[in-house]
Amino acid sequence: MTVRSELLERHVFRPVEIIYWLLLLAAFFAFPSYLSVATTVVIMSLFALSLDLILGFGGIVTLGHAAYFGMGAYAAALLAFGGFQEPISATLLAGLIAAGLALIIGPALLLLEGLPLIMVTMAITAILFEAANKASWLTGGDDGLRDFSFSPVFGLFPWSVYGQTSYLYAVGWLAVLFVLVRRVVSSPFGVALQGIRENRARMKLIGSPVVGHLVRAYVLSAFMAGVAGALHAQTNKFVSLEVLSIDTSVDVVVMLVLGGIGRLYGALIGAPVYILVKHFAATWSPYHWMFIIGALLIIAVRFVRGGLLGILGHIGAWFAGVGGARKS
Amino acid sequence: MDALLSSLSFIALYGVSYGVVLFTISIGLVVTMGLMRIINMAHGAFAALGGYFAVSLMNAFSVPFAIAVPAAVLGVALFSVFVERLFYVHIYTASELDQVLLTVGLAYIAIAGLNLAFGPNVFPGQLPRLLTTNVDLGLRTFPAYRLFLIAVGFLLVVALWYVFDRTSFGARLRAAVDNRTMAQAIGINVPRLFSLVFAIGCGLAALGGAIGYAIFPLEPVYPFKYLVLVLIIVSLTGFGNIKPAVGVAVFVGVVDTACRYLFPSVGAFIIYAILIGLIIHKHAGIFTRRSPS
Repeated sequence: MTVRSELLERHVFRPVEIIYWLLLLAAFFAFPSYLSVATTVVIMSLFALSLDLILGFGGIVTLGHAAYFGMGAYAAALLAFGGFQEPISATLLAGLIAAGLALIIGPALLLLEGLPLIMVTMAITAILFEAANKASWLTGGDDGLRDFSFSPVFGLFPWSVYGQTSYLYAVGWLAVLFVLVRRVVSSPFGVALQGIRENRARMKLIGSPVVGHLVRAYVLSAFMAGVAGALHAQTNKFVSLEVLSIDTSVDVVVMLVLGGIGRLYGALIGAPVYILVKHFAATWSPYHWMFIIGALLIIAVRFVRGGLLGILGHIGAWFAGVGGARKS
Repeated sequence: MDALLSSLSFIALYGVSYGVVLFTISIGLVVTMGLMRIINMAHGAFAALGGYFAVSLMNAFSVPFAIAVPAAVLGVALFSVFVERLFYVHIYTASELDQVLLTVGLAYIAIAGLNLAFGPNVFPGQLPRLLTTNVDLGLRTFPAYRLFLIAVGFLLVVALWYVFDRTSFGARLRAAVDNRTMAQAIGINVPRLFSLVFAIGCGLAALGGAIGYAIFPLEPVYPFKYLVLVLIIVSLTGFGNIKPAVGVAVFVGVVDTACRYLFPSVGAFIIYAILIGLIIHKHAGIFTRRSPS
């Protein structure tokens, strides 16, 4: 196998992945009363996956990805108020609006690296938060937007009280965009992106359009984050300022790191773990769960390389080692 | 005309005193990041600790302000050495992402801890009577507290300039900032310098928190609430440069105060827009710093 094909095939489909998607379907039947939490998990998985594309594959450290999530959420809610109630096209449009914002910001933003990059992403999100807060005639300000509705999915499936439609609808979006991201990271473009992550200067020297590649990845990531935001608005029928807050930006980074960055499935595993920890610890006290998340972050950096998937990989390698030892 | 002068002097005095608190907190981060090259998202937590420390000394034991503040600075500086030895030593050579994650984790723990110890609401502190009086400066009267902040800022700038530009400690520090390997090769104990500088940086943050609690109210979310502004000041200042930090922080304080005063409906984010423009202008590509050679 040549090096080139090895790079391109690093993220090909493996049969074991079916387990994850079967679990998603099993959750639908097993926890009918927890479908709203499960829907949040799926939406945040998609949001974390969008971050993985730029952070895990492009090496762009951002603490402002909530900007695109929030943009998508507000766009979907406002579209519904404006009479645009077909959910799928509204979600696509909300994603495109978020991508448009990324296209405006990206070319200047991605010239930056390190601390200035982190700062500007945080500051841009802080501006959007302030703007949404002040423009209460449009966004409802502190009260948020509520009481908007969407027409049934495909014109067939109405939005039920118990959230069956919401859940399957979100899973559908996640599956489609997951396939798209896998295609992207396995393409020559995706390999170039990983090259930039590993050594930006060298990629520049061999003539790779570094900023151009990063902008393309950033715009695609913003589109996915916007879609996740729109799904958040559609399934909750509520958008508040929280979607644009620094907490949301930090949350998604933590989810991705807990799962493992640059592995695609890291996003899909980190999000449920994070949300379940938060869900149960927050019923205890809204602040105490920060102890747990803080400790998890420190442990993740100090002791666990590659997040939960990294641990699974180590265990898998250990078993393979034991099996290999027996054979020989 | 009088009204205009009065407004201008209001903006100048309130802006500069606000800038002084920002400067005091940020300069600690400028110094630690300059030497250690770490992105410290937990810096605000040390400022919060300083504020809480000073105010609880004053509230619970009626320690006078003039003793509570230095005690808080010393206490936090000592505590920071412990934190540095326990956590920060492991991330000096780690990736930016790891540095962000570990320090965000520390800030989260600080927020949860402050909430546990002091409750979720603003922790009220009284200023000493001397600072709550008003002083007539001719154009209008101003709270003595604002003048006190400006005086502290001025003394701090002089003291920092003296330490960094005129002492052997400052020379060793600047050597280590410019070229760590070379500094080590000529016999400077860089790890010990790290601990010392980290303690100074966190002590300065604590000083900002302790004198600024009437402007930046103490609450559990404090570590993140002012972090964006502080980090922006640091990234505009650059690695280890003290002189620009004064200008940048005072500029931020005055512009922010002016915008909030003159355009209350949009004021809060004009400053962010200006700063984003400045950062992109300054670092078109890389985090520029003076070349060591």
